[in-house]
Amino acid sequence: MYNWDFYTVFQSFDLFWHGLLTTFLYTIGSIGFGIVIGLVTAFARLSKWRLLRGAARTYQEVFRCTPLLVQIMWAYYALPMLLGISIPNWIAGLATLSLYVGSFYGEIFRGGINAIDKGQREAAMAVGMSGGQAMRHIIMPQAVKKMLPAFINQSVIQVKNTSLLYAISIAELTYMTYIVNSETYRPLESYSIAAIMYFAMLFPLTQFADYFERRMRRSD
Amino acid sequence: MTTPSILSVRALTKSYGELEVLKGIDLDITPGEVIAIIGPSGSGKSTFIRCLNMMEVPTSGSFKFRGSHVLPEFKDKAGTLGAGTLRRKVGMCFQHFNLFPHLTVLDNVTKGPRVVLKESQVEAEAHARALLAKVGLADKENYYPSKLSGGQKQRVAIARSLAMRPDVMLFDEVTSALDPELVSEVLQVVRDLAEGGMTMVLVTHEMAFAADVADRVIFIDNGVIAEQGPPQEVMHSPQSERLQQFLQRFHA
Repeated sequence: MYNWDFYTVFQSFDLFWHGLLTTFLYTIGSIGFGIVIGLVTAFARLSKWRLLRGAARTYQEVFRCTPLLVQIMWAYYALPMLLGISIPNWIAGLATLSLYVGSFYGEIFRGGINAIDKGQREAAMAVGMSGGQAMRHIIMPQAVKKMLPAFINQSVIQVKNTSLLYAISIAELTYMTYIVNSETYRPLESYSIAAIMYFAMLFPLTQFADYFERRMRRSD
Repeated sequence: MTTPSILSVRALTKSYGELEVLKGIDLDITPGEVIAIIGPSGSGKSTFIRCLNMMEVPTSGSFKFRGSHVLPEFKDKAGTLGAGTLRRKVGMCFQHFNLFPHLTVLDNVTKGPRVVLKESQVEAEAHARALLAKVGLADKENYYPSKLSGGQKQRVAIARSLAMRPDVMLFDEVTSALDPELVSEVLQVVRDLAEGGMTMVLVTHEMAFAADVADRVIFIDNGVIAEQGPPQEVMHSPQSERLQQFLQRFHA
């Protein structure tokens, strides 16, 4: 019978707590930048200029078709060799996470905008609105509702993706758990606590997404 | 001296790639005139009416509103009218209504004046309520479009256009998507507008209505105006064989 010993592990609670906060900050930061990048990408892909569409598409495919772990390593270890300057790990980590999630958000935003009937834009233009006014007052409010479930889903994945930052020694939850384990030799307790902490963060979010989707279906 | 026309179109063409849909149309619309456009599907009549508020950009030809050249760019430029300004003055209603589903009936009507004309909420809502009463929907202002019938939706769409206080109204087959029993309530609103002196262009398949309400009927066939004149002449003594055939299908 395994002899559980949470006491030893709990003595390092401040390390877990620090890890959790760090995970939270990288999540919020990368989602914030990711939304901006995603919006720019979505509008670039909907633009009438071919060059802009191509550039946005290329960026998206590069980030969607390579593993995030490879991207993080590349940004931290390889890119500095090309540029000849060192990049602090938090910048490499935050930038990579933001660009990664931004490429997915871009597709989610574009899909939401495209899902709105083109008659909506025409009706807005017919009362004299400019393209920008039609987007802001008529298309976006409808598109956001369509985007939200996929957006939340991608954001849930993003929280978990911050754990890959352990590879460049960023003190987020997974890295801190690794530290606690190497000090206490209690992997079962350590990693169980980490799992519970991630779960506690994400479960409410997925519940909200489900609730929102049900409500949307009713209002249709 | 003839009345100056409000909309004036000369040698207007529209092509999509190789396909020439409009092959040179001349038309002058005088203030207060009601024009019905009829013609077989694919004749270009819908494309033509959509050119009249720059929803479609003509390929060539000239287009004037109250004597000013209209350009496809949104903003006005020296001496010309931009599409944005034109559309404030030329309202349009569509076959599929295109109401804004995320807004209540009242907000559908006030949105244009609020955003484009920067009207105050009080002013816009007072005007919207008057228009909703006019189209017989005063009691529906807090409804969302999904709760309305097709005929009610189209009447809201008409009120939405009128809220911009347009000089001209364009109706692009506004009864074609309606169940037969809902057609008359929409036509009644259009008729009231005509009687109120509104300048209107309507593309329609309602021949009896066109004959009744229009001052002039235009038969577009194969991208040109093939025949036009007072409804009695055009409808009852058509000259061309094409128009005779076309009308026969409706009388049958």
